[in-house]
Amino acid sequence: MPETLVALYIFVLSCFIGYWVIWGVTPSLHTPLIALTNAISGIVIVGALLVTGLEGVGTTAEIIGFFAVLLASINVFGGFLVTNRMLAMFNKKKR
Amino acid sequence: MMEISANVQAIAYLVSAILFILALKGLTHPASARRGNYLAMAGMAIAIVATLMGSEVRSYGFILAGVVVGGVIGTVIAMRIQMTAMPQLVAALHSFVGMAAVLVAIGTFLNKQADGLLNGVLMGELSAGIIIGAITFSGSVIAFGKLQGIISGRPVQFKGQHLLNALLAIATIGFAVHFALTESTVSLAIMTLLAFILGFTLIIPIGGADMPVIVSMLNSYSGWAAAATGFTLQNNLLIIVGALVGFSGAILSLIMCRAMNRSIFNVVFGGFGTAAVEGDGVADAAQKGVKSAAIEDAIYWMEDANKVIIIPGYGMAVAQAQHSMKELMEQLEARGVEVKFAIHPVAGRMPGHMNVLLAEADIPYENVVEMDEINPEFATADVVLVVGANDVVNPAAKDDPTSPIYGMPVLDAGKAHHVFVIKRSMRPGYSGIENRLYYQDNTSLIFGDAKDVSEGMVNQLKGAAH
Repeated sequence: MPETLVALYIFVLSCFIGYWVIWGVTPSLHTPLIALTNAISGIVIVGALLVTGLEGVGTTAEIIGFFAVLLASINVFGGFLVTNRMLAMFNKKKR
Repeated sequence: MMEISANVQAIAYLVSAILFILALKGLTHPASARRGNYLAMAGMAIAIVATLMGSEVRSYGFILAGVVVGGVIGTVIAMRIQMTAMPQLVAALHSFVGMAAVLVAIGTFLNKQADGLLNGVLMGELSAGIIIGAITFSGSVIAFGKLQGIISGRPVQFKGQHLLNALLAIATIGFAVHFALTESTVSLAIMTLLAFILGFTLIIPIGGADMPVIVSMLNSYSGWAAAATGFTLQNNLLIIVGALVGFSGAILSLIMCRAMNRSIFNVVFGGFGTAAVEGDGVADAAQKGVKSAAIEDAIYWMEDANKVIIIPGYGMAVAQAQHSMKELMEQLEARGVEVKFAIHPVAGRMPGHMNVLLAEADIPYENVVEMDEINPEFATADVVLVVGANDVVNPAAKDDPTSPIYGMPVLDAGKAHHVFVIKRSMRPGYSGIENRLYYQDNTSLIFGDAKDVSEGMVNQLKGAAH
């Protein structure tokens, strides 16, 4: 099977997982859910690392990659920390 | 740095993907949610380390600089942001993902071009990544502007809008195809530019009341952008995570649309609430036959009530009144009054917006009730206090087929014995629709800022206790 087709398989099956998992999320946590998925979509940082760190990378690509790493890092750090802050508030009142 | 083989890296990515799935699963309950967030953090850390240790990454200077600067910026923002500003923050972060996806695609193009590794399929995937990323970016920038109040929240509409969008979309795809077939850098540039413009023209017509849908939708786009990047780089982790996030946002959009009884098509292309009339003030309100009340009147009915239901809306967020709501709740509970908060799914500017604010104010989970659960209780409530909510309590949605919001599920606030509405002015809500609740016999309006009024209530109750 060609690689692109394998990728398509994985994509479609992941969509199903996403579909079933997300319906279970309680409405009161919808804002943290958006913040968390937003942090998780910072996974494009992996792509940014691959672009920037390539052996013999051109200067233009390296600079473009740098900004991609920067933006994705804001997302990863900002997204996870703000989610944590919010969830701490929800946990606090469980007591 | 120690190097790991491609197989070890693939296993690490798998572990990371599983952690992300479990993280999302954790959000099914507040008790497990925080652990979920930690799992996601672990997943991200594993993914990043595995990538850095792989054979493909050879130079670390720019990477380190990017992570450090981005990490500091992200941390500072996350620590300082006010909870009321969450919708704006999320919109801004979505735009970053979109832009990062565009940059990754362009960088990949340059790298592959230098190595002579370009082919039609790859360029098609690159185009998809750039188009989705660019639309996510400019759409999110507009959403941010609207939420932050930099751009008017009113729908901006003009003739031929749909035609323009359709033409833009066709042209964008046309240039993408040309690029994939010919490797033309000019086509790539034009395609990218058009996609940025398309994101702008798609979101600008959408009004503030529809922001919960738009925030969810852009959340979804940011996921698809990551998935498209995964296809480009043949990176399965990105594909899996992109699909999870994409679906998460899509489902939230759907839930929000249902809560407004509108189709996603209608939200995206409908342009809602064009009939907005500018505010007329208190004098005009009296003319139209609404009763205005003083804080004392509301206190009089509330302190002896058995049950008080508070309905918060965007106005509470704007006024930062959540903390005085908590005090009000405590004062009333001390008098033996049962206090509940009723949450409409689209109250506020993003899904779950009110829940976060009430959580911030330390209002217990059990006192916060979703619409379907609380609606039967309104008939037995002595007092309903509406704090900065509008369309979500409009009875016209139930019984006036001519109303633009007819069919939308609403909170049955009007069924309570007494309804007090805290409002700045008689200005209609974001959607610009007249609210029939205000003219009911059992409704009184308290004019003022939500925070000032609720603090006034708290002070009165405290004073009476002495």
